[in-house]
Amino acid sequence: MEVYFDNSSTTRPFNEVIDEVSLGMREFYGNPSSLHNLGLRSERKLKECREMLARTINAVESEIYFNSGGSEGNNLVLKGVLKSGSHLITTPFEHASILNTIKKLEDNNVKVTYLKINEDGKVDLEHLKESITKETVLISVMHVNNEIGVVQDLDAISQIVKENSNRAKFHVDAVQSYGKFQIDAKKLNIDFLTVSAHKFHGPKGVGFIYIRRPNTLNPLIEGGSQEFGIRAGTQNIPGIMGMSLAAKIVNAAIKENYEKVFEIKNRFIEKLKEIDDIKINSPLNEKFSPYILNVSFRGVRGEVLLHFLEESGIYVSTGSACSSKEREKIGGSYVLKTLGLTQDEISGGIRFSFSEENKEEEVDYVIEILSKGLTFLRRIKK
Amino acid sequence: MKELILVKYAPEIFLKGLNRGKFERKLRDNIGKKLEGIKVEFIHDSGRYFIRTEEIEESIKRISKVFGVLEVCRVREVEIDFNSIKEVALEKVKSATGKTFKITTNRANKKFELNSMEVSQKVGAYVLTNYEGDISVDVKKPDILINIEIRNNYAYVWSTQDATKAVAGLPYGMNGSTMLMLSGGIDSPVAGYLMAKRGVEVSCVYYHSHPYTSERAKDKVKDLAKILAQYTEKINLYIVPFTDIQMEIINKCREDELTIIMRRFMMRIACVLAEKYGINSVCTGESIGQVASQTMDGLIVSDDCSDRPAFRPLIAMDKTDIMEIARNIGTYETSILPYEDCCTIFVPKHPKTNPKLDAIRKEEEKLNIDELIQKSIENIEVVAF
Repeated sequence: MEVYFDNSSTTRPFNEVIDEVSLGMREFYGNPSSLHNLGLRSERKLKECREMLARTINAVESEIYFNSGGSEGNNLVLKGVLKSGSHLITTPFEHASILNTIKKLEDNNVKVTYLKINEDGKVDLEHLKESITKETVLISVMHVNNEIGVVQDLDAISQIVKENSNRAKFHVDAVQSYGKFQIDAKKLNIDFLTVSAHKFHGPKGVGFIYIRRPNTLNPLIEGGSQEFGIRAGTQNIPGIMGMSLAAKIVNAAIKENYEKVFEIKNRFIEKLKEIDDIKINSPLNEKFSPYILNVSFRGVRGEVLLHFLEESGIYVSTGSACSSKEREKIGGSYVLKTLGLTQDEISGGIRFSFSEENKEEEVDYVIEILSKGLTFLRRIKK
Repeated sequence: MKELILVKYAPEIFLKGLNRGKFERKLRDNIGKKLEGIKVEFIHDSGRYFIRTEEIEESIKRISKVFGVLEVCRVREVEIDFNSIKEVALEKVKSATGKTFKITTNRANKKFELNSMEVSQKVGAYVLTNYEGDISVDVKKPDILINIEIRNNYAYVWSTQDATKAVAGLPYGMNGSTMLMLSGGIDSPVAGYLMAKRGVEVSCVYYHSHPYTSERAKDKVKDLAKILAQYTEKINLYIVPFTDIQMEIINKCREDELTIIMRRFMMRIACVLAEKYGINSVCTGESIGQVASQTMDGLIVSDDCSDRPAFRPLIAMDKTDIMEIARNIGTYETSILPYEDCCTIFVPKHPKTNPKLDAIRKEEEKLNIDELIQKSIENIEVVAF
């Protein structure tokens, strides 16, 4: 039996998406920038995809820019908005493409405030309010945290930004949430939103960024005038077509899928009661995404447990790699520390991340192998 | 006028007395094997070895990695005619970089009308008059050294700047065989390389502790074996499951003796495999004092389990020197990939640095050594590169 519980790392593309990508390569090979009919056909296809994606977040077609995915989107926003002397507010547990980009920008005299995190993993809204100054030009927040799945209250954050600054822009890293949660860019007053296709059964290497009009960003890549001058380079039509179809499928079933994975997480947590000496770091409530279940298994190292599970065809991620100092530096386990976990609990952390394709039987199988593995690995005390 | 490759053998080969022929044949065979897939013609002309081929660049790249080869040069094959020789010599000086030159001649063909001194002088004079620019002769330390060899069928001309330094050493396979304990770190591939360089045939053994070490760690060891195999012939890598042995040691033995007892098991298994596959010796990348288990006492205690010579070619080398060799042979980048078993579970907090043989032997009585070894060897995986 193969159980894929690592859907926050990436997802298996839908079969329809694979066919769509293949169709894109076969039928839409014309360059959308070409003047002839074949080019026009591709350009129309792109427009169609753009419109479809725009509808999913209540935006308009000209606010959707295709790119290579989440990291590129995050880089574009930070580098495009922050200039020497400007002020950024963000959280300490953002994705590496945010945190490492900030490090570079700080050398260039960009000021950064990392928001305090409450015990439940949410940003301290009071601190946000106090931190906004006249120099604040950007607030960047990850909607759903990739490690434990805390869901930030975008509505409240947006409200505070709006009330306290008429200058600051609001960026949402929606890589883990797009297609899983309803996002209304207009209602939430979002200026930038980054999305990556492979997190919702689309192809890898493609994504989009929503930029509220009028666009004032500078491009990362100079060249032709594709993507309204924001991103030079011939568009990846097959990838974009695959992404659009995947987006269409998941967005049509947000509620249904949510319930499905909610049941899976529920069953998992119920079954975990059979196992001793664990700590559930992302309980089943509205503060956490049902797509992510982070559990600490005391007395073992996550990485070792991961390798044990893979032998039975079970694929998961570690909460934080025990050898990886780098990860600690970029704040990977910051959120776990904030939640009051001990060192032992952090190093024994495993992230199970679900998709609507997972089945409840899979949970039973994983629990069975888990308890076998823990008996084996806990033979020695360490 | 054609280009050939001149292969210079390591001078050590010529000191082998009656065995010289054997060494030379082996070396030529080894070069032949390395050039598999390339059309080549071997030319042996009174102590000089030339190779004629269309694919000169690739051939030079490969030959320079054959142990026993000192240097490989691109040479010009010229008709035995003084005018042609001096023209090519001038060309060679022109295409080299430097302000001073020297011509040196070797005349094996005694029928040629000029002797070697005369050839050098006349060619030198010709170069001086016809070179456009600033150039002079320096017989002691020339920037450009042009070699002219006049042999029976052809003359050969080359500049020392056309030479590629090769690995030297002795022909692979001339000096017995060894079972190298390959760990995935920086040292062991270097140890294997040094043994291979002295003509010793290398096989490798790797101890795998799934799930404590990952598949990626195993892949990394395979990659290292593959890099080593560029210098040797086919290399067999024996992957030994080691988790059960480690668990048994952890369960039954003193914590501060875990590492040394583990190393004794590795030594024993390497010897058992060597015996099974007819390999003469074992080899490790240990260097005295580098880590807690590589102390004099530690080495003595692990040697106790070896029934054949255990070679440690890095024993007296500094880490920085080992790293430099690793960089040169191309294993360094792979060795430092962070797939090392991240788990410190098998590393005691305070390992014994001065283990005593009797005490360790006594501690090991708690274990069923033969059975443990037998079991792990039954599940061995063999990969060839």
